Amino acid sequence: MADKTLRVELVAADRAVWSGDAKMVIAKTVEGEIGLLAGHEPMLAILGSGEVRITLPTGESIKATAADGFLSVEHDVVTIVARDAQLA
Amino acid sequence: MGAQLRVYRQKIKSAQTTKKITRAMELISASRIYKAQQRLAAANPYSRAITRAVSAVATFSNIDHPLTTEPAEIRRSAVVIFTSDRGLAGAFSSNVMKEAEQLSQLLRDQGKDVVYYLVGRKSVGFFSFRKRAAIKSWTGGTDLPVFTTAQEIAEAVVDSFNLGFEDGGVDEIHLVYNKFVSMISQEPQVVRLLPLEIVEGVATPEANEVFPLYEFEPDASKVLDALLPVYIESRIFNAMLQSAAAEHAARQKAMKSATENADKLIKNYTRLSNSARQSEITQQISEIVGGADALVDTSDKE
Repeated sequence: MADKTLRVELVAADRAVWSGDAKMVIAKTVEGEIGLLAGHEPMLAILGSGEVRITLPTGESIKATAADGFLSVEHDVVTIVARDAQLA
Repeated sequence: MGAQLRVYRQKIKSAQTTKKITRAMELISASRIYKAQQRLAAANPYSRAITRAVSAVATFSNIDHPLTTEPAEIRRSAVVIFTSDRGLAGAFSSNVMKEAEQLSQLLRDQGKDVVYYLVGRKSVGFFSFRKRAAIKSWTGGTDLPVFTTAQEIAEAVVDSFNLGFEDGGVDEIHLVYNKFVSMISQEPQVVRLLPLEIVEGVATPEANEVFPLYEFEPDASKVLDALLPVYIESRIFNAMLQSAAAEHAARQKAMKSATENADKLIKNYTRLSNSARQSEITQQISEIVGGADALVDTSDKE
């Protein structure tokens, strides 16, 4: 499991903000913070406004803000869709 | 200079001025098509992601949402028409209006009321000229659509969809817009936006594939509540972007043929003015020769 990665796409209404592979994604949904690793079950959640943290396979991390959108996980593909999203 | 020659020169000059304008507009449109296409491409990931998510909820949960269920009886339809703000784009706006008229006729034949939402100054002009009413209209910025306008339109149509028929609400919503097919071809498109029926680009799971069990947070109906307006927004924004790209392409084509036409006019008038000048010279020569002959004749007699 450890060598598996997630494919992450961070998309805003009028452009793709970031996409690439990641080890872990932490995002804030309306229910609270959620951490996603490879092999997560398919999920659809409404995003609360807040920070999205993406940990790259190299260990570095990327921070972004996303508000007003949702998050979907399916077959190790994480899509974070927000009307308003940008890299911090 | 003869009167005829002067008229031709005037016409040449006016065709040249027109040509300068149409040529400039052609070049401007050509550069804007590219930008509009880029915007269309940039908005694609968003609409694709939303479409996938909507189809996921629709496929993997069996909840009835008002936006997805077909009403028992459709009594009033809303038609959202996307035209341009400015003319000089060939049949761009009139194509869409024609398509919208056909759609309204069809809907009326089915016994439905038709109400309109207009986007673009050309459709507003079309309606006010015919003294017809529209519920709401948005003008300005059709060549460079912004997402906030799409949000406003989506809010207006979804609100009226959620309103009951008795309160003046609508039961279905259609979009009519020009689709950007290629640089030389734009197609008027009619899409039924609500209630949702087919979700485009759904990856239907194969028979031997295990259905992924979706987890919804907080729950399926809440997710759908949040997702559907967003989906509608993105569809409307997509229609606006398509329409903008198609508008620039249509204008470029129209201005290109206008420029060519001006060229042809200039050529023809130049020919005509040359022959007018030549005949003027011929006439002057024959007048001089005739005059000289007459003088010779009179001096001979003396």
